[in-house]
Amino acid sequence: MTAPADTRMSVQLTVNGTEHEIELDTRTTLLDTLREHLKLTGTKKGCDHGQCGACTVIVNGERINSCLSLAVQHQGDEVTTIEGLGTPDNLHPMQAAFVKHDGYQCGYCTPGQICSAVSVLEEIRKGVPSHVTDDLTGTMQASNMEMRERMSGNICRCGAYSNIAEAMAEVAEA
Amino acid sequence: MEFNAPAGRNLFDDAKIVGKSTPRIDGPLKVSGTAPYAYERHDVADNQAYGYVIGSAIAKGRIRSMSLDDARRAPGVIAVVAATETDPVGTSDYNNAPLFGGREIAHYHQAIACVVAETFEQARSAAMLIRTDYERDEGAFDLEAAAPDAPLASKAHKQGDFDAAFDAAPVKIDSRFHTADESHAMMEPHATIAAWDGPKLTLWTSNQMVNWAKESMAEILGIDAENVRVDSPYVGGGFGGKLFIRADAVMAALAARAAGRPVKVTLQRPLIPNNTTHRHATIQRIRIAASHDGHISAVAHENWSGNLNGTDGENATAQTPSLYAGPNRLIANYIATLDLPEGNAMRAPGEAPGHLALEVAMDELAEALGMDPIELRVRNEPDSAVPGRPGRTFSDRNLVRCLREGAERFGWDKRSATPGAIREGRYLIGMGVAAGYRGAPTMKSAARVRLQSDGRLIVETDMTDIGTGSYTIIAQTAAETMGIPLERVSVELGDSLYPVAAGSGGQWGAASSTAGVYAACVNLRRAIGEKLGFDGDAATFEGGRIEAGEQSFAICDAGELSADGEISFGEFKKEYNVASYAGHFAEVAVDIYTGETRIRRMLAVCDAGRILNPLSARSQVIGAMVMSAGAALMEELAVDPRFGFFVNHDLAGYEVPVHADIPHQEVIFLETLDPIVSPMKAKGVGELGICGPGAAVANAIYNATGIRVREYPLTLDKYLDRLPEID
Repeated sequence: MTAPADTRMSVQLTVNGTEHEIELDTRTTLLDTLREHLKLTGTKKGCDHGQCGACTVIVNGERINSCLSLAVQHQGDEVTTIEGLGTPDNLHPMQAAFVKHDGYQCGYCTPGQICSAVSVLEEIRKGVPSHVTDDLTGTMQASNMEMRERMSGNICRCGAYSNIAEAMAEVAEA
Repeated sequence: MEFNAPAGRNLFDDAKIVGKSTPRIDGPLKVSGTAPYAYERHDVADNQAYGYVIGSAIAKGRIRSMSLDDARRAPGVIAVVAATETDPVGTSDYNNAPLFGGREIAHYHQAIACVVAETFEQARSAAMLIRTDYERDEGAFDLEAAAPDAPLASKAHKQGDFDAAFDAAPVKIDSRFHTADESHAMMEPHATIAAWDGPKLTLWTSNQMVNWAKESMAEILGIDAENVRVDSPYVGGGFGGKLFIRADAVMAALAARAAGRPVKVTLQRPLIPNNTTHRHATIQRIRIAASHDGHISAVAHENWSGNLNGTDGENATAQTPSLYAGPNRLIANYIATLDLPEGNAMRAPGEAPGHLALEVAMDELAEALGMDPIELRVRNEPDSAVPGRPGRTFSDRNLVRCLREGAERFGWDKRSATPGAIREGRYLIGMGVAAGYRGAPTMKSAARVRLQSDGRLIVETDMTDIGTGSYTIIAQTAAETMGIPLERVSVELGDSLYPVAAGSGGQWGAASSTAGVYAACVNLRRAIGEKLGFDGDAATFEGGRIEAGEQSFAICDAGELSADGEISFGEFKKEYNVASYAGHFAEVAVDIYTGETRIRRMLAVCDAGRILNPLSARSQVIGAMVMSAGAALMEELAVDPRFGFFVNHDLAGYEVPVHADIPHQEVIFLETLDPIVSPMKAKGVGELGICGPGAAVANAIYNATGIRVREYPLTLDKYLDRLPEID
């Protein structure tokens, strides 16, 4: 058996407001594009199989597992990563709430948790239903169960869930 | 500084910074994605190539041949390191099986090759072209089958006459428990960037114990430890799984040598459960006998686990000598030889599964006696002598307060003593309690503190922060001791170039490493005094100023100064049983139709001496409660007894608790001080939190349903057919 020759393709992406035109091996995931090519290592690789949520980023306004799609599927897409939400000196309100409520420990799942948390509140605001939504026609509430259900694709092995829920509740009420 | 007598009153008793809830100083980096983890260090070495590790497809046997040519010819491939062409590496005291063993296979997914290429995609693709021919041996993979013939791991401990006391007692229980093989499943996979510079090797890696890593890497590669540098400033979780060098570091080092340039390797997630270590499954038999009024007269705890080479089992009896009174005792640990992957330490090794059994057995005894389970525990609270460790006394122990205050806070009086009595709609509701015990060891620990001319302070130590909050408690300790604001302290961790600290394991990290920083700061105070002409021990350091008799200085008057210091612990501690204690409470709802268990409330009341940073300590405890809930309800590495591997070896198959599983959790820290532990009077909490909550959940399920399941995890298939009739 011999390996096929590599296939490369040019991909245009806007990441955190900056346009990039990158020549990539077509097998490159969006996650590895961010981490290995653009050196945006805030987005984490926890499993590379869509099982843990550490690689969550926001693409065209919706959260996705960036390990589960190839960069070439994202021609022209707008990607927001954790670095695009805020910086150490100018944190996004959700980032600041995670610090205040200690919504992390080791920090490795944290960027994915925060990208998901920001998106979850947006989904609730838009009235997108979930498995635990009782009333599909009423005004959706950012209840504890509603948030926890939607966050369940983001594993935190350090077990900061209770604190993350409090951080999200504070941002939701702000 | 040797700690050789109980701590007297010291500056931490009037602390302004230590003991106050403090957001993590590394928090802004973590939440903004700018804290650098091992695989992300693009900046540390130029021209990094990518390594991809291949694991053995058999559990035991040997490799007949490997075909490597296709991989070598694949696009972008730089080097292939393969078992058939490379001498086995050495082993160190920290590994039971070689991390790269040549042709002999010790366990499934043991590393057998590493393909190095220009890109990750090329390395992965080429790795798939390697074909390996194995000669497979039979192995022993079934603990239940191996247990009856397993030898004692160490001499059984006997006190009094257990058999006679057990036979004579009016009330007794005799129960057998199974706990599952568990995976650490930390979120950051094991990862290393390795670079050689002549004989010198640098590893940017993810490791809990930097100095162990340095020493064992030298042993494994047969090189001088002084030529190994390990750097591990951020660790994406470890839980014991990163106590030791693993195959990522070894393969990265070998691959970098073969490639002639730096190589980065991460263990792909599906490799981790079988390639690295796990918590061993246990079988436990517990017999407890008591008088009618609940005084325990006899306790026997026997425990079976298995491991490669028949060594290093899961000592699930660890808490039993210390937890309850009772004159007649038998403790025995048996270790079977199994050919499964290597079992090793996972968060509270021994005690975590031990509590899953002992604390359910106590619940059973309470029921047999017709006693409240809290009252039973209180009745068997030992006096100052450790019941199962003759000659030792407890240091500071407040377990009864944990249980009493927890009962009050949790509303224990609302619990029905009769199981299956409370129903809310489709749910059966139950409450459970468990005691928690975890030893509070200390290890010698060193640090360097460097005063800058502008009055800032830099702390350097090879201590790690694995999510435990080390950065912050170290900064708090240094700020407190030097009398400067927290913001003026910066902390550098995890580099083997720095003084050797206790590292992160066994919940010794916080208590030991802060004491080491304190020792360094005391030396710095003396050095400042020498330079400015006063006695550093007698002076007051506060608010960035130094008051020494009639003299007064700003701390920056000292200019640049550096001091090293180390805390070590004297023999006197050996007379004491130094431990942390907790009362754990849980309320569950069990769906009467499906048997699904949902945890509704959890509470831990902890007694762990001074709490250095209540904010991060609380996070340690709730996180451990989550992991314990996982052990109780869902976590199990499923063994394939034919081929000898863990089948569910990724994060889809190995289920851990997620957001939806975990309700709001409460933690209360008793205000206690333990003068025996260290000058900080503080004990660890990170493992205390996993000792007991799972048993509280199990007891709550029994209280809800009247069904006692003794085989963890308590998945609904084990009791669905026994659920109460639906009326």
